[in-house]
Amino acid sequence: MTGAQFKRVTPRSGAPVTLSFDGVPLTATAGDSILATLLSHGRFVRHHEFGGGPRAGFCLMGACQDCWVWSGHGGRLRACTTPVADGMALFAEPQPLLPSHE
Amino acid sequence: MNRIVIVGAGPAGIAAAEVLCARGHRPILIDEGEQAGGQGYRQPSAGLALDMSRLMGSEAGKYDALHARFANLKGRIDYRPRTMVWAIDGRTLHLVCDGRADVVEADTLLLATGAMDRVAPLPGWTLPGVFTLGGAQVALKDQGCLIGHRVAFLGSSPLLLLAAGQYREMGGEVAVVADTTPLRAKAAAFPAMMRSPRTLLRGLAYMAGAMRAGTPLLHGVTPLAIEGEGHVEALRVRDGRGRERRFSCDAVALGYGLKPETQLADLAGAALAYDADFRLFLPKTDGFGRSRPGLYLAGDGATIGGADAAEASGALAAHAVLTDLGASQDIAVIRRLARQVVRLRGFQRGLARAFAWPVAQIRAQPDATVLCRCENVTIGAVRAAMAQTLGPVEVNRVKAMTRCGMGRCQGRVCGPALQEIVAGVSGQDGAAAGRLRGQAPVKPIALAAAADTAP
Repeated sequence: MTGAQFKRVTPRSGAPVTLSFDGVPLTATAGDSILATLLSHGRFVRHHEFGGGPRAGFCLMGACQDCWVWSGHGGRLRACTTPVADGMALFAEPQPLLPSHE
Repeated sequence: MNRIVIVGAGPAGIAAAEVLCARGHRPILIDEGEQAGGQGYRQPSAGLALDMSRLMGSEAGKYDALHARFANLKGRIDYRPRTMVWAIDGRTLHLVCDGRADVVEADTLLLATGAMDRVAPLPGWTLPGVFTLGGAQVALKDQGCLIGHRVAFLGSSPLLLLAAGQYREMGGEVAVVADTTPLRAKAAAFPAMMRSPRTLLRGLAYMAGAMRAGTPLLHGVTPLAIEGEGHVEALRVRDGRGRERRFSCDAVALGYGLKPETQLADLAGAALAYDADFRLFLPKTDGFGRSRPGLYLAGDGATIGGADAAEASGALAAHAVLTDLGASQDIAVIRRLARQVVRLRGFQRGLARAFAWPVAQIRAQPDATVLCRCENVTIGAVRAAMAQTLGPVEVNRVKAMTRCGMGRCQGRVCGPALQEIVAGVSGQDGAAAGRLRGQAPVKPIALAAAADTAP
């Protein structure tokens, strides 16, 4: 799937942040949410656990819980309310823990 | 001293904290957000060069004033941002902040938890690119992003036009503003809306703006489907004259008015009752925001009234707190606030009647339409469960059998539509269908955090 879901209309100044989604490196700016970052580069944040369809969040204000992404460091992150951080490894599917976190 | 805890730092929570501070209290103000302001007066996140005056338009003065007042207040209260109340057990509030658990004891609890969009399901609404109308505004205010490049606005709300105007203003393309409300219903609500002429004029200005920009503006539509392979590609509706129309777009903003976030009020022991105008269960309070002894409710989390009503009701509830603690009060101030709240909430009630929740359209949805996004439960699955001999006729029983409303959002999203489907199948009114009960944790939290302080 190509193209971006979100259209950025306002620039942001801040420290550059490098992260990855399903192994693909992405760049963002400190202050960007995980959701805005993923949807500025693509069209979904996860595959639904029942049925597998792509999901990209819905309410964007922390209520609907549709935008949880999997972290390579264990656990899940709610993409719309979590800011990006350098070195984040994010996935659309649950992951085995990285060796360094076992 | 009586420990007062306010939950929610939107206009209601801020106004309440201000009144209490002015009388020598130092309330704890807990807020899930990174920054105060709530959803409507949300501030851009750090580093974003967003011109909020331009975006807020006629409300820019109020936006600036509220944030200036909060900046002045911040040092005089115990302000706890990024903090979620996930359970209430008697006087004890269970909190989690940055993954760490905490508890706080509240002698007096003032809930100003705000609202979220109410949405009606339709085929294709789980596709990436479909967001709530409020979410479309949050993406812009918080992140400087539009939810798509060409956006369709669908629902039943005057805010469809407001958001579409903001999107146009910021360089977005608006595919269509499609309102399920017939134009004659809007006209019939005119007298009620005269209670707040300023808001009415604002609404008319949005409409004029859309017409000048050449945005297709449809009234009385029947939504048919959101179409696309893996993401939104088009919105299909039947217009008011019965013609099928298809609008190419890569995003849809959905909004059918607002619904209060009542989960914490429910856990705190507030009584809720069905409201036939909003077709929602709302917490019961007296005219000042008192629920049960020690519990006060304000803002859209109590009754949908908009930002001005939220601010006035927050101040009013704080005066009720002070009165109940034995402080002397200026009765003229309280009367003025009470009148303001009644007037503004009356206006919103008129809007809720005009921009009605499309009950018949929801009940006519095909079996294959997903109702519960979390658990992927279709409307057909709910109908089938209810069709069994001695099948359930109440939403919590339906939830137990189908998992509809049992997912991570706790029925925040599907609850109102589930209530209408259940009422429709069983031939009851919405009140008899019941409401999904609030449960702790009200939002997902890590088990490790919960284990520290579990009730």
